[in-house]
Parts: sequence; structure tokens; C-alpha cells
Amino acid sequence: MKGRVLVVDDDTALAEMLGIVLRGEGFEPSFVADGDKALAAFRDAKPDLVLLDLMLPGRDGIEVCRLIRAESGVPIVMLTAKSDTVDVVVGLESGADDYIVKPFKPKELVARIRARLRRSEEPTPEQLSIGDLVIDVAGHSVKREGMSIALTPLEFDLLVALARKPWQVFTREVLLEQVWGYRHAADTRLVNVHVQRLRSKVEKDPERPEIVVTVRGVGYKAGPS
Amino acid sequence: MSRDSAASAPAEQGDRSGRPVGRKMTGSRWERFFEGGLLQGGVQGSPVLRLLIRWVRRPLLPVMRLWRRNIQLRIVATTLLMSMGVVLLLGFVVIGQVRNGLLDAKVKASQSQATGGFSVAKQKADSAATANGDDGTSADGRPSKNVSQWMTDLVVSLSSGGQGAFDVVTLNSTASGDGSGGLAPRYSEVDPIVSVPEDLRARVDKSTAAAQSYTRVVYKDGRESQPALVIGKQVNDPNADAYQLYYLFPLTQEEKSLSLVKGTLATAGLFVVVLLGAIAWLVVRQVVTPVRMAAGIAERLSAGRLQERMKVTGEDDIARLGEAFNKMAQNLQLKIQQLEDLSRMQRRFVSDVSHELRTPLTTVRMAADVIHDARVDFDPVTARSAELLADQLDRFETLLADLLEISRFDAGAAALEADAIDLREVVRRVVGGAEPLAERKGTRIRIKGDQQPLIAEADARRVERVLRNLVVNAVEHGEGKDVVVKLAAAGGAVAIAVRDYGVGLKPGEATRVFSRFWRADPARARTTGGTGLGLSIALEDARLHGGWLQAWGEPGGGSQFRLTLPRTADEPLRGSPIPLEPKDSRRNRGLDDAGLPHAGGAKLATVPVQQPGAATAPIPPRGAMAPRLGGVSPTADPTALPGNGARVVPRPAGALRRQEETSGTGRERTARERGRDGETPEELGHGEAFRGR
Repeated sequence: MKGRVLVVDDDTALAEMLGIVLRGEGFEPSFVADGDKALAAFRDAKPDLVLLDLMLPGRDGIEVCRLIRAESGVPIVMLTAKSDTVDVVVGLESGADDYIVKPFKPKELVARIRARLRRSEEPTPEQLSIGDLVIDVAGHSVKREGMSIALTPLEFDLLVALARKPWQVFTREVLLEQVWGYRHAADTRLVNVHVQRLRSKVEKDPERPEIVVTVRGVGYKAGPS
Repeated sequence: MSRDSAASAPAEQGDRSGRPVGRKMTGSRWERFFEGGLLQGGVQGSPVLRLLIRWVRRPLLPVMRLWRRNIQLRIVATTLLMSMGVVLLLGFVVIGQVRNGLLDAKVKASQSQATGGFSVAKQKADSAATANGDDGTSADGRPSKNVSQWMTDLVVSLSSGGQGAFDVVTLNSTASGDGSGGLAPRYSEVDPIVSVPEDLRARVDKSTAAAQSYTRVVYKDGRESQPALVIGKQVNDPNADAYQLYYLFPLTQEEKSLSLVKGTLATAGLFVVVLLGAIAWLVVRQVVTPVRMAAGIAERLSAGRLQERMKVTGEDDIARLGEAFNKMAQNLQLKIQQLEDLSRMQRRFVSDVSHELRTPLTTVRMAADVIHDARVDFDPVTARSAELLADQLDRFETLLADLLEISRFDAGAAALEADAIDLREVVRRVVGGAEPLAERKGTRIRIKGDQQPLIAEADARRVERVLRNLVVNAVEHGEGKDVVVKLAAAGGAVAIAVRDYGVGLKPGEATRVFSRFWRADPARARTTGGTGLGLSIALEDARLHGGWLQAWGEPGGGSQFRLTLPRTADEPLRGSPIPLEPKDSRRNRGLDDAGLPHAGGAKLATVPVQQPGAATAPIPPRGAMAPRLGGVSPTADPTALPGNGARVVPRPAGALRRQEETSGTGRERTARERGRDGETPEELGHGEAFRGR
């Protein structure tokens, strides 16, 4: 298993502790404590996943997240001390795939990291279509009329999950479990924000979605192809 | 309106009351009597009277309202009325005095004129009598032509001095004359019989002194009659026969002067009244305008526009009012700003504490977990220590999370993430999560009323937190007996009740369970290590939804916690689909055993007819929901009104009866009877509470 994890955190004790836990689980952690140096460290380390604290000296976590996301689709998991909706949503909207609220259990963190890394392991040759989109699961590409649309791995997974069973309405909880790998903890904000982000990329008119349709009171489903 | 429709009568009365008072009124009143008397067998007098009063009052209501609300109008009207009274009084006094003055002078002048005339007449008669000697009269004493001529001359000569100032009239004495053959009246231009009043003639007959009276002179030549003073005296003619000589003084001039005075006074009075009204209006306006301005600004201040101030000019009392007002507004604004700052600081503080405390806690937590995982390699003491460390860290974490949550509520920073969700999903998740604990306790958790979706706009995270709390509490205190989670919807509300059959609640505890850090029994060991903040947070969560979280319990009979939420956010709750006191409470069962008619289970399951006008009318369930509820009563609990702990709400007797039927508990009456014995409702055998807003 690939396991390079970049830890962006200014608290040295926590960073060291994270290092101990991650190494214990077979990952290769690298560390950076400053927001300004985070991007350079990211380019150097080429990690498979970024653990990003939201409150950093220099550039704050939101900004760092945006910069990383601008040049890479690598999974980003935010570490946040604030569970208020605003903070969480801002973090997710800046491009994070998942977040974990301090204080967390090491097992929970590792489970989240594994869930984010797992998806890239089993590419199966498969061709799906949803609306006027053509999805090549193995090639990890989404095309509309030959034009490819850039999606992060998580958004891609979300789209694939919906497209695989176009007849099914997915509740947010089911999506959390299938895409994020959650077993319990129902934080549907995660789903909402990512569906919005996905829509902003794949819909012709994000205000009137045709690819990812909301089923009021239940959840989401793939639009008719 | 048809005269023979008896059924429509009450409704029509209501319609008619809006019409203005008019001819129709008598008709419909009659009709009312007609219907009442003939078709209903009795005349209802007082309702008609009341109706009539209402009819009269209705058009006056806006006027009365204006009168009550407008101090300017009131003061101006009062000023007008009072000044009018003063002016009228003054007018009467002045006019009376002027008239007396004018008349006094006239009477004096007239009297001297008349006295002169009388003496002239006497002299003339005396001189004529001596001159004529004995050839003037005939034997039978009839007035001769000479006397007649003489009298005519006398009248002419007497009245020649007047020339409009007075008239002279002679009449024969009523006492002596026989009317037909007597002396014909001599007069200048007046109608003597009409002009001289009868009673004066009688008075003149009786005495030889002069007598006077007021009268109206009527002129022969068609001139307008005039008020006049008449002075008369009995005088002898040359034959020594008595006749009456009258002087008539027209009061034309005096009348003219008086009416001039009257006119002047009336004009002046009118001006005074109008001017006083205008002055009052202006003066009151000076006072009222700032007051109104203050009222308007106070309203705007209370609406949140704190920068509003009054305009202050001068140094008078009004200006002082304005200054004081502005000072108050200033201080208010300052205080509010301080509080806002404080609240912001509090929120900042919570946020900072959250971050500052959580980061080291995360490190400690991770370290503890690493140690905990490695404990098999330790000696027993260290291993146990590692276990304790991990356990207590769990507890510490929960406590910290709860504290932060409640301070977020206190700071008003909690936001509702409402979304249309199916509450059954939430309930199933919660029950699934509580299963391990329930298995350990030997408790079975049953879900009732989940055959149909239960959609409501709610924050899934918060509702789940509330329910998890309730279910875990129920399992924990349920002593291994079943826990029932009941779902129901009716009207604009959905409710989830969690019922256990464990230790229950002691009287008065139903409100206290929601207090922070409150524990039912301090000596009781807590197996799940709750923080004591769970129900407080749950209550805040319910409030954030605009919902209620209420508790009911009886000692040894278990308890029921009921969460009621509005179907759509922002919709106020009017009732709950599930009664707070469950059907199988000890008291309800007791009533069932006693066979009281109103405790019938069948009645409970029926949908109550909405009673018009009843403030606490139960909510009928929506459409096809009724059948799915099964064992759950679909009736809204009409007694389930939010309040601050008070359970018994006084209601009209009619409504009371109905409630007992619909809720089937008969609790109201029981509670009231006990309440009379000096117990407050909360201290009754069954602790109940309302913790809604």
C-alpha cells in the first residue's frame, strides 16, 4: 500500500504523536509546520494524502488547501478543532475531501486515511454514462462530448457511485458509507458540500441540476441518461 | 333574508351586525322576536338588546378609539365645551344686565310722561266740567256728544306730544260700562283691545292708582307689532264718569339696542370659543408633538435602530424630556453594545478554548491510545493504569464536547441546519446504536408507529443527539424492562416519545431532569458515565428547532420523554400528536379499572372533531395517516400546551368536559381537585413538566 502522508501542523507534540501513530500503521509521514512552506513541502514529498490543520501560522489551512487542490487531486483530510458548521463547510468548500474533529481517536484517523487511500487500489475496466457524461472508471476520466472534465478522486468516486446504480436513490448516509467509508457518524454536511462542488463542475446549470438530482427528503440520485 | 328560515337566524344576526343602524333594524328585530317567539317557543329579550347595543356601538367604535388614543382631540374638545359653557353663562349675565338697565331708564321716563298726561287729562276734565255747567249731560247719564268729542280731542292732544314715542288709548271702564253703549275706545294708531292686556284693565278698574305692564302693541295700519310698556289709570271724564286712559310706550329702540348687544356678544363668544379651541390645539400640539416623536423614536429604538435620537431645541421641559430620552437611548445603545461585545467575546473565547484545549487533548488521547494498545506488555498495575487513563480520557472528551456545546447555545452561536429528513431513519440509527448497551442491560427496544415515513424539517445531527440521549437514558434507567420508542405525526407536528418502565421520576423531578449536572440520585452509580449535560443540550436542541422536550414520570412506574417538532421549521407548535402522560400510566390504568366512562380506549383512537372556537382544539391527523398509527393514539394532546411548568390551565367548563373525553385521562379534574388541597400541580404524584418555549 502506498502510504506517504504529509502532516501540516504547527503543534510539534501533536505532529510527533501523529508520526508515531502513522508509522505504527505502516505509513511514511513527513512534516511541515508552517503554512507558507506547506506547498513547497507538498511538491517535494509528493504525498498520497495530506493531513492538514486548519489553524496554521503564516498561510492558514483553508488557503493551503486551496493551493494544493489547484494543482493536485490528492486526498486532503482536514484536522479541525472547530465543529461549527461554518468552519467545516468553509474547509470542505476549499477542497478538502474529509475532515476530522479534534480530539480524535488514532483508530478513527487511520480509518479515514485508509478509506481515502483505498479507492485508487482497485481500478476495474468499466464504462458508465450519466446524463450526457461518459465515465471511464479505470481511466479515471469524465467526458462530455469528448471534452474531459477534471474531477478530484473523491468527486469522481461520488459520481461513479451514483452512476453505477442510476435507478437507486442514495441517502446521504449511504453515500457517506460508500464514498467516504464511514460506518456511523452521520455528518451529512460532507455530502452536501461535495455534491455542490461536483455539480459546479459537471452540471451545465448548477442551479438546475440534471446529472445529480436531489430527491427531497431522501437524498440524491443520478439523472436520466 | 327569508322570514321563515329559523336555522339561519343566529348566523344572520352576526352578518347583520355589520350593517349601519337604519330602517332595516326594526324589521330584523321584529323578525327576531317573531322567530324566537313562534319557532323557538320563547322571546329572548336580552340578546336582542345586546345586539341593538352592539349595532349602535359599531359605527361609534372608530370614533371612540380615536377619542381614547388622541389626547389632542380630547383636550381641544374639552376646551371647546368648557369655553362654550363659560361664554354662554357670561352672555346671559351681560344681556340680563343690559336689558335691566335699558328698561329701568325707559320705565322711569315713561312713568313721568304718563303721570303728566294723566294730570293733564284730569285738569281738562275739571275745566270742561266747570265750563259746560249743567248742559253737558242728559238726564239718563248717557255720555253726550260733547263728552265724546271732548275725549277724542283729549286723545289727539295727548298723543300729539308723542309722535311715535308713545300712543294714547282710552277705554271705558269694564266695571261701569255695559260694552255696547259706552264710550267707544279712542286711540291713535293702535288696536286697543289687543294691545292692552286684560289683567291690566282689571287692575286699573280696581284702583285709582296708575298700573303698568309689558305687552305687544298691535298697529292698525299693518305695521309690525312691537314690544311695549303700557301704563294705565282710571280717570274721570267731564261728566265724572270713569274711563281708562292708557299710555303705550313701544320699546322698539330698547329692543334694537338689546339685539345689537346680543348679536355682538354672540359674535364675540363664537370667536372666543373658536379661538380658544385653536389656541388649545396649538398649545397641545406643542406638547404632544414631542411626545409623539418620542413614542415613534422609542418604537424605532425597540425595533433595533439604536442610533435614533430626538431633536432637542431650547431648554424647556420638553427639551429636558428629549435630553433625558436621548441619554436613555445612548445608555441603552452602550449597554447593548457592551452585551454584544461580551457575547462576541464569549463566542471567541469558546472558540479559542475549543482549539487550545483540543489540540493538546488530541495528543494526550493518541498517546493514551498507543499506551493502551500496548498494555499487554505491561505489568498489571501499569496495564490497569493505561486502561483507566483511556477510559477517563473518553469521559473528559465527552464532558469537554458537551461543555463547548452548551456554551455555544448560551452564546447564541448554535445554528440550525434544517433539512427535510425521515425521522424513522434517525430513530433506527439511534436504536441500532443503543442495542449493545440494551443487550448488556437485558432490555428490548421496540419501535412503534414507523410504518410510514415521518418527514420533518429538522437538523438530523441534533435530532439524533437528542434521541440518542433519551434512548440511552431510558435503557440506563429502565431496569431491564422494555423501552418503547413511539412515533406519530398530526397537524403541523411530529413527535417521538421514549417510554421506559424503570425507576421513573419522583414528583417535581420532571422539570429538574433538564437542569445542568442534575442527577436523579447522587448515590447511584452511573454505568455509562454521562456528563450530566445531555438533557440540557437535548432541551436546547429541541428549542432550536422551535420544538418541545418534555418529561413525565411516576415513581416506580417509569417515565416518558417526548420530543415534539414542527413539521416545517419556523412553524409554531400548537399541540403534540402524543399525549405526554402515556396511556399505560398507573393513573390511567387505574381509571380504566374503575370503569370510568371517559377513559375508554376506543375513544382515544377516534379522531376528535375540531371544535370551533376552542383555543386548545386538538389537531386532526393528516389524511391517511390515521390508520398507520396502530396502537398509537393519533389524537393531539390538547392539554399539551407549552408553559413554564404549570400543568393546569383553567378552561371553561364545556371545554373541560371535552378534553377529558379526547385525552381520556381525566387528569385535568384530578389535578385541579388536588391543586385545591394546596399542592401545586408539579408536586402531584406524577411529575410532569413543560420545557417548551
